[in-house]
Amino acid sequence: MESHSKRLGEGWERQSSPFLCEKLITLYSEQDMIVQQELEQIINEATAAIGASADLRSLDEIRVRYLGKKGVLTERMKTLGSLSGEERPKAGQAINTAKKAVQQALEARKQSLQADTLNARLAAESLDVTLPGRSLPSGGLHPVTRAMERVEDLFRQMGFEVATGPEIEDEEHNFEALNIPESHPARAMHDTFYFADKTLLRTHTSPVQIRVMEGRKPPLRVIAPGRVYRCDSDLTHTPMFHQVEGLMVDENVSFTDLKAILIDFLHRFFERDDLSVRFRPSYFPFTEPSAEADIECVMCDGEGCRVCSHTGWLEVLGCGMVHPNVLRHVEIDDEKYLGFAFGIGVERLAMFRYGVNDLRMFFENDLRFLKQFA
Amino acid sequence: MKFSEKWLREWVNPDIDTETLAHQLTMAGLEVDAIEPVAAEFEKVVVAGVLSVEAHPDADRLHICKVNVGDHNPLSIVCGAANVRAGLKVPAALVGAKLPGGLKIKKSKLRGVSSHGMLCSSQELGLAERADGLMELPPEAPVGIDIREYLKLDDVSIELGLTPNRGDCLSIAGIAREVGGLNRMKPTPPVISETASEIEDVLPVKLEAGADCPRYVGRIIRDINPAAITPLWLQEKLRRSGLRSLGPVVDVTNFILLELGQPMHAFDLEKLAGEVIVRHAKEGESLILLDGRQIKLQPGSLLIADSAAPLALAGIMGGVDSAVGDETRDIFLESAYFNPLAIAGRARHYGLHTDSSHRFERGVSFELQRDAMERATALLLDIAGGRPGPVIEQIKEKDLPLRAPVVLREARIQRVLGVKVAGEEVLEILTGLDMVVEPIDGGWHVTPPAFRFDIELEVDLIEEIGRIHGYDNLPESRPQIRLQMQPSSETRISMSKIRQVLVQRGYFEAITYSFVDPKMQTLLDPEHEPLTLLNPISSDLSVMRTSLWPGLVQAVIYNLNRQQNRLSLFESGLKFVMQDTELQQKMMIAGALTGDAWPSQWSMESRKADYYDIKAHVEALLTLGGNIEDVEFRVEVHPTLHPGQSAAIYHRQSGNLLGHIGALHPEIEQTLGLNQRVFVFELALDYVQEGQIPVFSPLSRFPAIRRDIAVMVDEAVESQKVHDCILQNGSKRLQNVELFDVYVGEGIDSGRKSLALGLTLQDLSRTLTDSEVDSEICNVVSALGAEFGATLRE
Repeated sequence: MESHSKRLGEGWERQSSPFLCEKLITLYSEQDMIVQQELEQIINEATAAIGASADLRSLDEIRVRYLGKKGVLTERMKTLGSLSGEERPKAGQAINTAKKAVQQALEARKQSLQADTLNARLAAESLDVTLPGRSLPSGGLHPVTRAMERVEDLFRQMGFEVATGPEIEDEEHNFEALNIPESHPARAMHDTFYFADKTLLRTHTSPVQIRVMEGRKPPLRVIAPGRVYRCDSDLTHTPMFHQVEGLMVDENVSFTDLKAILIDFLHRFFERDDLSVRFRPSYFPFTEPSAEADIECVMCDGEGCRVCSHTGWLEVLGCGMVHPNVLRHVEIDDEKYLGFAFGIGVERLAMFRYGVNDLRMFFENDLRFLKQFA
Repeated sequence: MKFSEKWLREWVNPDIDTETLAHQLTMAGLEVDAIEPVAAEFEKVVVAGVLSVEAHPDADRLHICKVNVGDHNPLSIVCGAANVRAGLKVPAALVGAKLPGGLKIKKSKLRGVSSHGMLCSSQELGLAERADGLMELPPEAPVGIDIREYLKLDDVSIELGLTPNRGDCLSIAGIAREVGGLNRMKPTPPVISETASEIEDVLPVKLEAGADCPRYVGRIIRDINPAAITPLWLQEKLRRSGLRSLGPVVDVTNFILLELGQPMHAFDLEKLAGEVIVRHAKEGESLILLDGRQIKLQPGSLLIADSAAPLALAGIMGGVDSAVGDETRDIFLESAYFNPLAIAGRARHYGLHTDSSHRFERGVSFELQRDAMERATALLLDIAGGRPGPVIEQIKEKDLPLRAPVVLREARIQRVLGVKVAGEEVLEILTGLDMVVEPIDGGWHVTPPAFRFDIELEVDLIEEIGRIHGYDNLPESRPQIRLQMQPSSETRISMSKIRQVLVQRGYFEAITYSFVDPKMQTLLDPEHEPLTLLNPISSDLSVMRTSLWPGLVQAVIYNLNRQQNRLSLFESGLKFVMQDTELQQKMMIAGALTGDAWPSQWSMESRKADYYDIKAHVEALLTLGGNIEDVEFRVEVHPTLHPGQSAAIYHRQSGNLLGHIGALHPEIEQTLGLNQRVFVFELALDYVQEGQIPVFSPLSRFPAIRRDIAVMVDEAVESQKVHDCILQNGSKRLQNVELFDVYVGEGIDSGRKSLALGLTLQDLSRTLTDSEVDSEICNVVSALGAEFGATLRE
């Protein structure tokens, strides 16, 4: 747009006047020379004035002077009446041609002046476009939430719904219903935080499993993300961390299904289909068979490094087939239905995904740390 | 469980290297946590015989020793150890030897006498943390042989992280069984034979604890040599399992615990009064334990007692009064079966966790006691001599655990594992685990061995089949599910959307601990008594938050201390509040804002964030799902907040308190050492998450008319009240009220303020006339006049 109007204006200014004169000379015969010379004189004066006009207002004054009601060429038109019938058309034509020439010159100049004005404005308005924009920067999600939302999204795709539960739990939901009776050695593994009334901070998100199954009947596909607590604090343990518990109960669910779903999940989460995953037999009172899944160390590609204690493997989750005692406890027919459950450590996933090397940083909330995940 | 690889290989020695063995164990569910060499690296240390010892002419404490290291020329070595003497066998580091820690042995002169090597202590060889004097080797140690070879130091300690169901693997015997099964080999245990009694002495044993102790094996051994020394091979086995040598009797019982998995106990026979009774503790009894602690016995605790008093916490720890000492010559050895339920939880109750309780609460085979006694007797007699009495055994057959056959259906294996395992393989796996398998229609009857306490249900067997078959050898299959659309609520605002609102407004999400410092808690929410943890990790993380502010404000302080002065943080999570006697766990979302309103930049003049910044963020949250008109910001004193810059937020219709917003009270800022203003908010998430389904209302085709008015009211009059009053008194044509200026100053009486309001009126069916608009405005103005003494500013 800008370049177009500019070219138009400059071109006319340079070329219009000589071109018009040439054209007029060829139009008129010898006997009209006097009239023509006069008209030419007028045109020359007009085009000179037009060329000299500096703005639209003075240009308009020129228009009035030549083409206005009492303008020079208008007055000329009025004198046609005194001419003979034979001369009149020719003279009329000549004057009209002159008027047109002046009009064209005016129009050209007008456009040129408008283009100048626009150009001047554009020049005046031009900015340093490289200066930074006015900034109200966004914040960001905590990396644990970021990882957790990713886990949730992946399982939602497969029709898992998200459930939540209380963090201060009773022993019934946190232990007994999960086949961990009072005297069970597994209770010692849990390093439980207790309150005076024997309630406790849930040590895993598995109680949500129970709460879901208490209220509903299979088929069930649920994940339960949330905070969990263990009375343990050192380089590799924080007294609070996050888990995503998963549960699927249906008539035909097997250990090989569990393997497939979790391998899929780990491949999708890390966006690496070639990531090696292994299942080791393990023990959880609420699943049987039980397993822990390790992934090939993503820091050293399984070569062995400090992060994987030189084993080449990273433990990322625990899982297994729901123990029949757990199903019976919530009155689900353990002959008809089978289920699998898994528990994913979110901090560990986030550490491996984003390369965080110190678990404790997650809970220091250092802005310089948080900004890295925005 | 930590053990020496060489020890295991004495029992079962598959042709695989250490790494493969460790992988096998891990993949069978016996996770290898660590593999460590049993000795640090050193070289050129040999068994040496001290031929003669002479005093050093110029140093009282040094000796010049002639030492035979196996070649023809005895070496002269200067040694400062007190126990050096002629005839002693010791390790000698030769010239050129490298010792742990990098020490290199060179030919040197000690106070003018040349020394061609160094006689070593066990500490210097890295075999003990501390040692007094030279390491004394047995007299029969062959001179000249490399000490690494002699002590079989080219060995590793393998540490297993065993799960609680696998108590049967807490011994060399148990691990050998597993490794044998995995490699289809039969372990070769040491031959255990009966030792004939040499004396008639017995102690009466009474079992009075029913099923808690249905088998007890005891034996008196008299005249052991209290000065006997545990042989090096046994000391080394203990050391490689992480146990220290504590004298022959204890060493032998520890050895049996490690080898066979049977915890044993030795009493000083002289201290026992008349008989041994296994019974439950009674009210008021107490016992001084081996560790010197006096404990009050919990009634019901399983005890070993004599006719006079409790002697030991059965299966957990002995008492100090009946303990074997340096002088003990006559002992009573115990090898018993205690029911896991009688031990589990008890040790923890007394704050104890011993190698013995660890095994008993996981289950020790109830068929092992006699073998363990015979093996211990033979070892002890070997080491310390003595005259054994007959084995005393008390059994309550009916109280012994049962090993009932478990039905295993072939079809069920496939349903659970998802794959068919051939019948022959099932049979091979289960018999390899010492189970008795009998075929029945469609499956088997499987009876587990006495050492397995984790096989009661069919699925327990299926797990064993899966485990030994190998989880990695199971294929993957994808579950088939019937497609069914899940319900989806349009009025439920998702957490991720809520978080995004704040993120877009510059907030970073924080995650702080749910337990906080009680001081911070009281300071920021003095009106709620927090729940206190019985066993907090530390005193500054000991109470449950009743508000998200303590954690957030702490995070703000943390960042301000790290030069992060412009900061907005939010967190969502539960707060824990006692309401009457009931605990409420409420989801909240809270934020804190401090410092500049925006980062300093060329295009905007910088200013500090203020109340209206944070209020806009709160309003954005409140309007996510609802209508801002439904919410009221009410002036209400909150102990934590600046009284003039804070509000309580209420839901108008229900009257429910939704949250609070405001600047921290200057006194609190001072207490916390904050030198910049901090603004906070907290909202109940359930309200924020509740949305509405939009309802269409028709658009007017007629022009809207806007009238601007300025009204003067007392400064104390809240703009929200003015706004409410206008809405109440305007007709339904009043479409919008916009407060576009608040002015105090010149031209306005002091104590008054001018509010500039833009009122937009529109009718659905026609263009409003000037007089209609005038009369609407007039109504509003007169209502404002009546309610607030408002006057129109001309």
